[in-house]
Amino acid sequence: MQSVHVRSTINGQPAEFLCEARQSLLEVLRDVLRLTGTKEGCNDGNCGACTVDMDGRIVPACLVLGVEADGASITTVEGIADSAALHPVQSAFLEGAALQCGVCTPGFIVAAKALLDRNPDPTEDEIRLWLANNLCRCTGYDKIVRSVQAAAACQRQETAS
Amino acid sequence: MSTATTHSAPSGAAGGSGSRDYEPNMVLATQTFDVVGSRPVRHDGTDKVTGRAVYGADVALPGTLHGTILRSPHAHARIRSIDTSKAAAMDGVLAVVTADDLPAAEDKLVDVGEGDTRLSYVHGNVLAKAKVLYQGHAVAAVAATNPHVAEQAAKAIAIDYEVLPCSMTAPEAMRTEAELLHDDLCTTELGERTDKVSNIADHFHWTLGDVDGGFARSDVVVERTFDTATVHQGYIEPHNVTALWNHDGRLHLWCSTQGAFVVRDVTSKILEIPVSSIRVTPTEIGGGFGGKIPVYMEPVAALLSKKSGRPVKILMSREDVFLGTGPTAGTHSRVKIGATKDGKIQAMEAELAYEAGAYPGSFVTPGGMCVFAAYECENISVEGYDVVVNKPSCAAYRAPGAPQAAFAAEQVIDEVAREIGMDPVDFRLRNAAKEGTRRVDGPKFRRIGCEEVLEAVRNHPHYQAPLEGPDRGRGVAVGFWFNVGLESSCTLNVNTNGTVNLVEGSTDIGGTRTSIAMQAAEVLGIPAEDILPEVVDTDSVGFTSVTGGSRTTFATGWAAHDAAQKIVTEMKARAAKLWSVEANQVDHAKGTYSSNGNSATFRELAGQASRTGGPVSATATVKPRGVGGSFAANIVDVQVDRETGKVDILRFTAIQDVGKAVHPSYVEGQMQGGSAQGIGWALNEEYFMGADGTMKNSTLLDYRMPTALDLPMIDTCIVEVANPGHPFGVRGVGEANIVPPLPAIANAIHDAVGARMQRLPMNPPAVWSALSES
Repeated sequence: MQSVHVRSTINGQPAEFLCEARQSLLEVLRDVLRLTGTKEGCNDGNCGACTVDMDGRIVPACLVLGVEADGASITTVEGIADSAALHPVQSAFLEGAALQCGVCTPGFIVAAKALLDRNPDPTEDEIRLWLANNLCRCTGYDKIVRSVQAAAACQRQETAS
Repeated sequence: MSTATTHSAPSGAAGGSGSRDYEPNMVLATQTFDVVGSRPVRHDGTDKVTGRAVYGADVALPGTLHGTILRSPHAHARIRSIDTSKAAAMDGVLAVVTADDLPAAEDKLVDVGEGDTRLSYVHGNVLAKAKVLYQGHAVAAVAATNPHVAEQAAKAIAIDYEVLPCSMTAPEAMRTEAELLHDDLCTTELGERTDKVSNIADHFHWTLGDVDGGFARSDVVVERTFDTATVHQGYIEPHNVTALWNHDGRLHLWCSTQGAFVVRDVTSKILEIPVSSIRVTPTEIGGGFGGKIPVYMEPVAALLSKKSGRPVKILMSREDVFLGTGPTAGTHSRVKIGATKDGKIQAMEAELAYEAGAYPGSFVTPGGMCVFAAYECENISVEGYDVVVNKPSCAAYRAPGAPQAAFAAEQVIDEVAREIGMDPVDFRLRNAAKEGTRRVDGPKFRRIGCEEVLEAVRNHPHYQAPLEGPDRGRGVAVGFWFNVGLESSCTLNVNTNGTVNLVEGSTDIGGTRTSIAMQAAEVLGIPAEDILPEVVDTDSVGFTSVTGGSRTTFATGWAAHDAAQKIVTEMKARAAKLWSVEANQVDHAKGTYSSNGNSATFRELAGQASRTGGPVSATATVKPRGVGGSFAANIVDVQVDRETGKVDILRFTAIQDVGKAVHPSYVEGQMQGGSAQGIGWALNEEYFMGADGTMKNSTLLDYRMPTALDLPMIDTCIVEVANPGHPFGVRGVGEANIVPPLPAIANAIHDAVGARMQRLPMNPPAVWSALSES
């Protein structure tokens, strides 16, 4: 099958790759670019493990074609921390024991960051609604929701100071 | 979160009089600890929040081929022929295998992680021979240069099937006229192998006392039947494997498994190669809950690698996971309980028929052990049937067998209490199992926390809080699950800066690197952060059984404890050498060694290791017997929408005796996770089967697991009744928590709207129907 040349920005850096028209963005990230932090749980958009940010929208990478990334800016879990420190959502997940097996965690981190970028002080209901696209089978979500609340409080404090 | 902790000291020499098969505890859980009981950040945490942790699907060796498995479209069919010639001839296809490529299975038993089964069953499940026994049964496999080519090639394999009638439930398969799944499966009847060929693999019957007499004495007798649907463990990460059968004859497997050594040993038996020829590297694992104990694709990938001479990677799709891997048994059961008006249970009777799936092993036996485990009663009868049906072969699922039994028993308990006019918690407490209570299957309980858990329920603010509003109700239930010991190994290597590398073989599904490291840190008197735990491959650590049976923190933690004790002994000898005293003159407390006015920290002694005899290292292996079962209870408030039948969980409290919470955050996490799975099982999850025996909802959209929006916060109440059989009093905590949610929610629905729910799931149509009937 013929490959297509795609130019996009991934985690802030220009990225060029060849992909087949039938390859999803998830396959491209994992198999072509070896960014394996984005996980496959269902490959039909129902588990959220492959959640990435694409031009400011969170999408399941399994439902986006690789060729659609042309000209787009994509942030994966590998692009959430900066070189010096973890993002407050990541730190809060660690402090709050918000992960057990950890395979859904990248999707939750990307989704939770996107929520806090839009809404610095979400209610519990808003957090639960926003994260309803992401399945976790280990935690019962309790510690995830609390960690997002903790991250929001931490970010608000940082902004205020 | 209202996290209450109740402490209770072990009651002296636990286990009562007579012989004991374990040593009493060395340290009581009521003692205060420095590390055990604290909440350090988990050692593997940063890798997991940054996407760096390597899970099975992330393994990529140079030159890897992609495998795919062709699965049966039919629930039951004879394979007349398989023609792989077209697939094998396709460009990019390097290997094709079928059951013919496997060595013939010897008729012997094999340990599959949590017990023995016949090798031929494991064999037959890996690649079907002659017959397919369920939709999704693996029939053939292909390795190709890319996954899309592999998939196309698999589609090009021509299989001629003769479709057979199928049996989808235990009652169906038990009928004498039912089509047989196996023509060599003979019923084991009350422990004796018979020559009766049937779909009933096993029938057991345990009795205590005089059951008929007990019912005759009872003022109230309630009897009901119950059915539960087949459900899946639902881990988010699909099964995966990469195999490299090297030209030197060694096979290296990378996979996410609950037991690397089980994969090694079972693969060795299937492929008839020595265990020493196989090395299994357990990758990070994205959930298991018992479902990642069985071996499915490892021998297949190995054969593809051998044939192609290249590494081969196979990833299951989500549909493969539903169709081809371990659900837990759908069940049919009958429970009858009688009590006198004073609230004393006089007799209990249960008949349990569990679907094993295609091969024997439904976990009806532990279901039978657990069904009345929370109660002390002199007259008990429990009968069980392990029945093969045309569904995937059951795997363990968190307290396997117990939740279905509790769904039945705990509803009947609730009903008896109501008829007598007693508070359901008081009724349970009046009859609660305690140290010395005999279970129906024979053993007597050692020190257990059933009463303490029920007292915690009764005293909990949630139980005391008023619940107002129409169609709202509150339910409680209690459940039991075991804690197994099995075998574990651990090595500690002391670094010269006083840190310690910990090497262990228990795959870490929920923070066990840390709970194991903490136990070593406690003994050594150093911070948890100074221990660097690694889960390593089967060539690099002593044998370690599965991460399952609520055993990892208990048993591998114990190995770490023992290895650390050896390090302390060695450090005393090193200090003695420095100070020219005898080792027995050196004292150790909290990481400081002292003798005759000399004193040195662990770190200082570690720094001098080279001068005092070289590297300091210790290994310990354990096969512990001091297992401590765990009781868990729930208080749950629901609201029922009468128009739609939808049930909302308003408030949920999980209470559990954990012995000693090594890392309370991850103990709470186990309790919350088990509760959430129980809620999903209770309210929504089921294999929705068509009349032809095929699954109609094999996606995560239609197989509806709870989302964040479906659940409230799950409050936890940790009860600590020290397990006298463990150095720190630890009991296994991973499983008991999934037992009570099913009946607690059913009891809450009854309390809300008066309908007794006898069938799972209690989804809107089911509840709506029950409301229309009542």
